[in-house]
Amino acid sequence: MKVSIDGLYKAFESRIRLGIMSALAVNDTLDFNSLKEFLGVTDGNLASHLKALEKEAFISLEKSFVGRKPNTKYFITKEGKKAFDNHLRALEQLIKSQK
Amino acid sequence: MEKEKDYIRDIAEIRSMMERSSKFLSLSGWAGVMAGIYAIIGVYIAHKLFHFNPGETAYTSTTPGSWPDNFTNVFSLALSVLILAIGTAIFFSYNKANKRNEKLWNPTSRRLLVNMAIPLVTGGVLTFILISKALLDLIAPFTLLFYGLALYNAGKFTYGEVRVLGLIEIGLGLIGAYFTGTGLLCWAIGFGVLHIIYGIYIHYKYEQ
Repeated sequence: MKVSIDGLYKAFESRIRLGIMSALAVNDTLDFNSLKEFLGVTDGNLASHLKALEKEAFISLEKSFVGRKPNTKYFITKEGKKAFDNHLRALEQLIKSQK
Repeated sequence: MEKEKDYIRDIAEIRSMMERSSKFLSLSGWAGVMAGIYAIIGVYIAHKLFHFNPGETAYTSTTPGSWPDNFTNVFSLALSVLILAIGTAIFFSYNKANKRNEKLWNPTSRRLLVNMAIPLVTGGVLTFILISKALLDLIAPFTLLFYGLALYNAGKFTYGEVRVLGLIEIGLGLIGAYFTGTGLLCWAIGFGVLHIIYGIYIHYKYEQ
């Protein structure tokens, strides 16, 4: 199951994945290095989290070349945006209900 | 209890990441204050020492204007003020970015600069056109106008207050363009006084 009983998405349990989604939610596209800088994580770590989100179809990527250097741009998918919004709403609901 | 704290922290982190990844917040208030001081000193020197005093000639004379003898002095002075102001802004922002554990040249600062560049370069080229046509009286109001447009555009990518500053600069530019005799005064207010007020405001609101 992708969603737990309280409406939170399992995929967003990791802080890094939540961070990736937050950054992509407010940017049309971001390249690997920008994401790395915002999150302050290692290449390998970021790559594995990006893979996981890609597998869920929450994010997608576009490969191109800048000169000869490959440049990968990541962006949030429609499903990803929906899931992220739902997750946010669930978080707010949980905080409210616990007060 | 522990869980609740976690949720609140999640939300706080989401909000902070959205802000950090979309807005450049390493603009320094002190740089604004310094730029304002340079501008006022510059206007003072141009006015008192070089007797630079643009008047109403742009609209009234039918023959092309001419360059005053002191024009090279005023031009080099203006250029020095500009370079000093930009240099100070880069220096202070670099320090602030370092303190915030960010790089100065990152996607947000890039976006900020690209969005400012189009109005600024347009204004810069126009300034040279005005110089070549000896329409010196219009330079001060036009630089205000294009600077204001650049700031208004930039406001989406940094502190929202920059937008307000942009609108006021545009207003001053329009006043200066109508009453050409007040051009230098408007310029001193726009680039001098406003930068100082804005810098102090940013400093107390965001840098404490």
